[in-house]
Amino acid sequence: MKTMTNPRYSPPAIALHWLMAFLLIGLFSLGIYMHELPLSPDKLKLYSWHKWAGVTAFMLVLLRLLWRFGHPPPALPAAMPSWQKAASHGMHHLLYVLMVAIPLSGWLMSSAKGFQTVYFGVLPLPDLLGKDKELGELLQTVHKVLNLSLAALVVAHVGAALKHHLVDRDDVLSRMLPFGKRRRESSQTRTPTRTQSQTPSR
Amino acid sequence: MNILRLILTTLLVASGAAHAVEFTQFQADKSTLQFVSKQMGVAVDGHFKKFSATLAFDPAKPAAATARLELDLASIDAGSADADGEVVGKPWFNVKQFPTATFLSTAIRPLGGDKFELVGKLTIKGKTQDVSAPLSFRQEGGNGVFAGAFVLKRLDFGVGDGIWSDVSAVANEVQIKFHIVAAPAAAGK
Repeated sequence: MKTMTNPRYSPPAIALHWLMAFLLIGLFSLGIYMHELPLSPDKLKLYSWHKWAGVTAFMLVLLRLLWRFGHPPPALPAAMPSWQKAASHGMHHLLYVLMVAIPLSGWLMSSAKGFQTVYFGVLPLPDLLGKDKELGELLQTVHKVLNLSLAALVVAHVGAALKHHLVDRDDVLSRMLPFGKRRRESSQTRTPTRTQSQTPSR
Repeated sequence: MNILRLILTTLLVASGAAHAVEFTQFQADKSTLQFVSKQMGVAVDGHFKKFSATLAFDPAKPAAATARLELDLASIDAGSADADGEVVGKPWFNVKQFPTATFLSTAIRPLGGDKFELVGKLTIKGKTQDVSAPLSFRQEGGNGVFAGAFVLKRLDFGVGDGIWSDVSAVANEVQIKFHIVAAPAAAGK
């Protein structure tokens, strides 16, 4: 019965979650690596790829939000203390806010620095800001701070998921794993064996 | 003083309409020399802050006109501090060895109306190439305004060699847009 109250995330939600997880880790690492590079053709290419991947991440997060509105995520385990539930909801809201705000800040920064973003060199995104050196530098700081905040949140997110899985031993992580077996099912199968083994001794 | 000068200029322009005027006095503060490079398919604007022109242009006698442009390559604004630092270096303009680029006209051909074709030799980084650019001329506030644009291939001049000869990062074609203002010979003084 718990399988009905605690279903897994829908396959599209799982696919989008992991796709974005890899994309965001890649984007973050690339961002840190590329901005210290001396100017070279490779640096220009990496910047472009970073922007294109960032635009892709922005579209994916919008898709995710749209999907989420129509397909609410499974409820948290009933046993979870209410403060943990509140923290979890707050955390997920913040993650979404940052996933939307970071590409926007990057796009605006690029415009303020005088470099239009042209998606895959084909589709030009409008420049909402004119070239403005100081604004460009301010937006660079904003982009950086938002990213470091997201990185900190992701660490907390991963930590919380592992804590649920390893300490609380609940379904919170496995319901998002692409091929994960449900722990509750396995624990349900384990419970009868335990009772069976206990039955003869009684 | 200014009013006097304005009246004088107006009179000269009025007389210019009747008698041909030769424009010779380069107006640095009103002239611009811009370029558009393409980085990863994205147009990036730049310009040169310091350049000068020596010219003599009489709209009635274009064949006799001459123009010489000299530009201080170190005064480049290539769109970002990063790029400004890069393009003065050896692979690009190598300004230590070649601080200026020059253009020397060899012919100015009327194309009808206020359109002309400017032909000449452009020297950048010790390499000289023939270039030609369509040019429009108009008189504005007593001054002669010459505006035009043409596309050059940076690698023809060895600008951006080595790793930068990869034209998929920075395109070979660079558009040059000039807007030169010159006052009539007598009014300039």
